[in-house]
Amino acid sequence: MSLLAVSSLTKRYRRGGKTVIAVDDVSFHIEPGETLALAGPSGSGKSTIARLVLRLIEPDAGAIEFESDDFLALRGATLRARRARLQMVFQDPLAAFNPRATVARVLEDPLRIHGIASRTERPRRIAALLERVGLAADLAPRAIHEISGGQRQRVAIARAIATRPSLIVLDEAVSALDVSVRGQILDLLLDLQRKERIAYLFISHDLGVVRAVAHRVILLDAGRIAESGDARAVIDAPQSAIGKALVAAAPRLKGTTQDAS
Amino acid sequence: MSALVSIRDLTVTYRRDGNVVAALKNISLDIVAGERLAIIGESGSGKSTLALAIAGLLPASSAVGGRIEWPGLGRAPLLGRDIGFVFQDPSASLDPVMTIGKQIAEVARTHLGLTWSQAYAKAKTLLERVRLPDPDSALHAFPHQLSGGQKQRVAIAAAIAAGPKLLIADEATSALDTIVQAEIVALIRHLVAEDGMTLLFISHDIALAAQLAERIAVFRHGQLVELGTTARIVDAPTQAYTRTLLDAHIGLDAAPLLNRAGLSA
Repeated sequence: MSLLAVSSLTKRYRRGGKTVIAVDDVSFHIEPGETLALAGPSGSGKSTIARLVLRLIEPDAGAIEFESDDFLALRGATLRARRARLQMVFQDPLAAFNPRATVARVLEDPLRIHGIASRTERPRRIAALLERVGLAADLAPRAIHEISGGQRQRVAIARAIATRPSLIVLDEAVSALDVSVRGQILDLLLDLQRKERIAYLFISHDLGVVRAVAHRVILLDAGRIAESGDARAVIDAPQSAIGKALVAAAPRLKGTTQDAS
Repeated sequence: MSALVSIRDLTVTYRRDGNVVAALKNISLDIVAGERLAIIGESGSGKSTLALAIAGLLPASSAVGGRIEWPGLGRAPLLGRDIGFVFQDPSASLDPVMTIGKQIAEVARTHLGLTWSQAYAKAKTLLERVRLPDPDSALHAFPHQLSGGQKQRVAIAAAIAAGPKLLIADEATSALDTIVQAEIVALIRHLVAEDGMTLLFISHDIALAAQLAERIAVFRHGQLVELGTTARIVDAPTQAYTRTLLDAHIGLDAAPLLNRAGLSA
């Protein structure tokens, strides 16, 4: 039984009197502890799929099964409870948080809302979460806008794991980070996956990163699946036109022509 | 190897919350006429401050020490005429309520002394040169009607409209997806060669810089760490920090992190 099974997912938008099909009959599954990457150019439907899976928007057609439940049928308290198992980390941690909140407040919310820890227990849980993501416990009282981008993304990951999720949607979660920080955050995500068997839906435009961290990849083009399979096999020898274009466009350190063309 | 721009002991400090923060410390470097020079660094490295300082766009609250001279020009440069500037966010540099054609024509009219009809003809030629599809209708379009990549093409057209000697691209492709980024980089390379411009390419991405630039300057914490030819920087960096940046690049040939974590499926 897959952790997440998405079948024939379709989402249309109306834009300027025209109907745009953002996601067109997309099906895939994610197993426990697995990383499935969604890659593709702007407008290929990656982020729309993320928002559909998180039920931030509703599909026009298709089904989503999560932990053996019909996820689209869940309502009210059952949906809220199940949401604890399905978390998210976005590209810009500052936009994802109340900028006036402290680190402690950001981490306290999920513990309180999902009834995970009593009021007296929470400070200890917050310290443990910070430690788990490689941050010092004395960061707790700091304002979220005061800390560095890398620290903020660690706090976002701490918030995501606070509710013990089985799946985290990572939507360009390392794209805005400095390269020296990016590697540390990827290492942290892989360590969490190994120890807690968390699955990731890893959305990225960067094929190099996808190839390095994902088990499988789906390449999207204009809302449809162009190609999918083992991440390294697909990226090392893409068969689809969009796969070939994405690989050709990836910046390379070596073997580049230096003469002006 | 004559210098277009000669920077000597450039120091730039900002005031932030009552503290003085040095964004650049004693920078000395020459931008050679006709070269493609990349400035790379992470957040807070000072790379954008350097671009703004060269363009004369530093905020009034900053304090500047040292000199920026233009031996290749023989006079003080004029932004728009001698320097074209392309920013990361094309929406921020384009007027949302002015047609594309007028924005480009205005640059040509201001700096080249053209009439409006000459300037519009020039704008159309420029839209063709930046390979915008359907330049005739684009002249009358507004920025919001274009995609991010198309807007950046328009911003480039406006930046080169007056035939500047120096084109500064400050993270000009960072907000674009990989395929559009590669197209814009190829376009910049082509235009710079065709017009004999000098290029200052500011980027956080060392691989992207290596593809485009002949020389790379590595910045960190407001200081110039290392400057050399692209081949030398990539193959034989002398500074540990440059090595760190090179190692942090996750290319299509990088060892999978999954295996390192013992996670292979």
